[in-house]
Amino acid sequence: MTIQLPSSRSETAFEDFKLPLLRGEAIAEATRCLFCHDAPCIQACPTEIDIPQFIRKIASDNVRGSAKTIFESNILGMSCARVCPVEVLCVGACVYNQVDQPPIAIGKLQRYATDRAYEEGWEFFTAGASTGKRVALIGAGPASLAAAHELRRFGHACTIFEQRTTIGGLNTTGVAPYKMKADRALTEVEWVLSIGGIEVKTGVTVGVDISLADLDSAFDAVFVGVGLGEDSSLGIAGEQLDGVHGAVAWIEQMKLRSLDLSKIQRAVVIGGGNTALDAAREVKGLGIPWVTLLYRGTREVMKGYAHEFDAAMREGVRVEWQCNAREISGNPFAADPSRLYIVACGQFEDHRVPNLRERYLEVEADLVLVAVGQSKLTTMFTGFEGIEFEEGRLRVDAVGFTGRPRWFAGGDCTNAGKEVVNAVAEGKRAAHAIHAALQGGIHHG
Amino acid sequence: MVDLSTNTAGIWSPNPFWLASAPPANSGLQVQRAFEAGWGGAVWKTLGVAIQNVSSRFGGHTIHGVKGAGFSNIELITDRSLEVNLKEIAETKRLFPRNPIIVSLMCESEDEWRDLIKRSIDAGADGLELNFGCPHGMCERGMGSAVGQEPKLNERITSWAVRHSTVPVLVKLTPNVSDIVPHGLAAKRGGAHGVSLINTIKSIISVDIDRFVPHPRVGALSTNGGYCGAAVKPIALHMVAALAREKSFGLPISGIGGVTNWRDAVEVLLLGASTVQVCTEVMLRGYGVVDDMLDGLQEYMRAHNFESVAQIVGRAVPAFSEWGDLDLNYETVARIDATKCIGCQLCVAACHDGAHQCIHPVEGTRVPTIDEDECVGCNLCEIVCPVEGCIEMTAVDNGRVETSWNKHCQEGASIRPKKGVH
Repeated sequence: MTIQLPSSRSETAFEDFKLPLLRGEAIAEATRCLFCHDAPCIQACPTEIDIPQFIRKIASDNVRGSAKTIFESNILGMSCARVCPVEVLCVGACVYNQVDQPPIAIGKLQRYATDRAYEEGWEFFTAGASTGKRVALIGAGPASLAAAHELRRFGHACTIFEQRTTIGGLNTTGVAPYKMKADRALTEVEWVLSIGGIEVKTGVTVGVDISLADLDSAFDAVFVGVGLGEDSSLGIAGEQLDGVHGAVAWIEQMKLRSLDLSKIQRAVVIGGGNTALDAAREVKGLGIPWVTLLYRGTREVMKGYAHEFDAAMREGVRVEWQCNAREISGNPFAADPSRLYIVACGQFEDHRVPNLRERYLEVEADLVLVAVGQSKLTTMFTGFEGIEFEEGRLRVDAVGFTGRPRWFAGGDCTNAGKEVVNAVAEGKRAAHAIHAALQGGIHHG
Repeated sequence: MVDLSTNTAGIWSPNPFWLASAPPANSGLQVQRAFEAGWGGAVWKTLGVAIQNVSSRFGGHTIHGVKGAGFSNIELITDRSLEVNLKEIAETKRLFPRNPIIVSLMCESEDEWRDLIKRSIDAGADGLELNFGCPHGMCERGMGSAVGQEPKLNERITSWAVRHSTVPVLVKLTPNVSDIVPHGLAAKRGGAHGVSLINTIKSIISVDIDRFVPHPRVGALSTNGGYCGAAVKPIALHMVAALAREKSFGLPISGIGGVTNWRDAVEVLLLGASTVQVCTEVMLRGYGVVDDMLDGLQEYMRAHNFESVAQIVGRAVPAFSEWGDLDLNYETVARIDATKCIGCQLCVAACHDGAHQCIHPVEGTRVPTIDEDECVGCNLCEIVCPVEGCIEMTAVDNGRVETSWNKHCQEGASIRPKKGVH
């Protein structure tokens, strides 16, 4: 299936933050790899790609074999090569970090091999002989795509239900465009679906257009990969004002549409996680001169990755630490009364006074992005026996089984929001459990 | 101040680094630039019978990303006229009187040898090198390695050259023989003043796997070439040392084969050569490589308190022995410095798959453990370890006296129990 994106999208203003490797660069880098035994990089990869092996194949110019090694473990290897926080995963585990040599650029090498596979149209996988079993997957994000592809290799028919009109989940709507743009994510979706036998029904909301009970009876197994819900709100006055947006929703608009930012001079992003850092870097990258991150905690407790924070600092984002936004209002005194006026209350430590001291901060902005988490999609399963939640997370066992016979889950809805590579690993793992269940004999059936 | 000057068979040189007889010593302008760069001497590209070369002529061996780690050629002797070569030799000698020029020669009849030798010496040659080594092309015409592989022919032609020469004669030996010693002795019987070795090794450098033709490809065909470059150093070291330790030999040696830097050169000197000839590294990187060779050697000599190159020459020869003389009771085990270990576990894979299964991963840490009771002291782990000084082979005092296999067989000396046999 082909989904058309508008050609004019705000995200197209971005260049790749990490440049692709040329062939000579890739071979030279691959040749540096030590081919560690029981390699730490593999252990650090949720999908357990045999990284030393795929790198060795790049070194010998066996790029096809390299790509096959990657995709066998991670069918979304092309996007993961771009969006994975390799600094805290495989690259962070590289033994070269222990000596005075730079770690192997594993993400770039993976991109080299997987991009080449896309360019050349190499096909590695075929669907298994039909088993006659049918599996429903709720949500068309990375978890469901990975699960569906694996299920097809086993020969089970798959139907994905997606409430949006776009597919690919956050890979399409949420990835920072200097890592990957929406069209590339859709190219990957087509690549995954090219195995055949995966029907994608978009614009279908499970629980509204089709009931859980109907899914339960119409399919032999169900995989829940619904991700997370709407942006959480701060619960403060003024959040409904024009110019105040949830960060995830705004990023989606920026990636899929063309936004008019011509009147925006100052932006404030509220939050300290990776979505906040992404949003701040994106706003800055779109040419907004003044971008401030307003974060309630300190640098030490900030959840956003250090490498992302460092990049944001290099790009000129400034931070107000230990500041809680209290209120957003229009500023009646400003020349432009539509300019927002954020009142924040901050705390700071003064070495002369051991106690924390309060301070008040007033920030002007034309755009406020709230990045303080996303809601959990728990309500759609309310009263549905066997599906339970724990701190908003859909509860599953080690293989993704929910507790309700033939119902499995994975991705952000079960892990509360991790990386694409986690979703792929969980989707794939659940697919194996579903296959075992469909073959009978496993208690999940 | 250390003295880098050296003397091989009566040929004095300001330093031990000579260009080997090869493309870098093909013309006057090249050799003059080499001398300006610091090369001590040059063995002029072989003069002799008329030839015609082919395209292409060279092949490179890429090893783990290193291009030219091995190298091969099918180029023949000089394709320039004798007159031009002699004129340029004379010109170069006039400009660089302190730098020896050794003229490499290859021809057939005694009359040809006499004529070539006379004209070379008249042009100013400080020495001659008889090319009995070239393993491609010329040997098909009965020259080069065809001579070097036949001790009687070697001896006879050497004796011609010595008879007609007034300057020292070196015989350049081919490594394409099972034992180099009889060939060195043949040159000695012929009256040679010294030998140079090794020439290149008969080889096929690689194959074009899409066209199904070996390299270097000349249209639809190829032929065997002469292998050289960094990868051949171990073969050169062995052959140089084999002659150096032969008591009945005793001639000076100009060492050749795989020298890329001062370290390689020191090794060749330690095993008995008094000059070192270099070709491939110059072909790959230019004359400037000699700079590192010169000051690297000087630093090495300072560090060891050597005042002259002669003090280095042959210093490791007495330690080059027979296997049967090695001490079977000398025992080492590998030890890992946990503070240096980066946890790559290359040693685990190497020991398990390639050695004696005594290095094991340990739960909860990336630093492996070595079962010293099983460690045979083979060195494989030390070789694969990417961190300098992380794995060291440590001598273990097992309380036994030194005993070799020969002593064990002859005198029934007691040897330590075997390890790693499981």
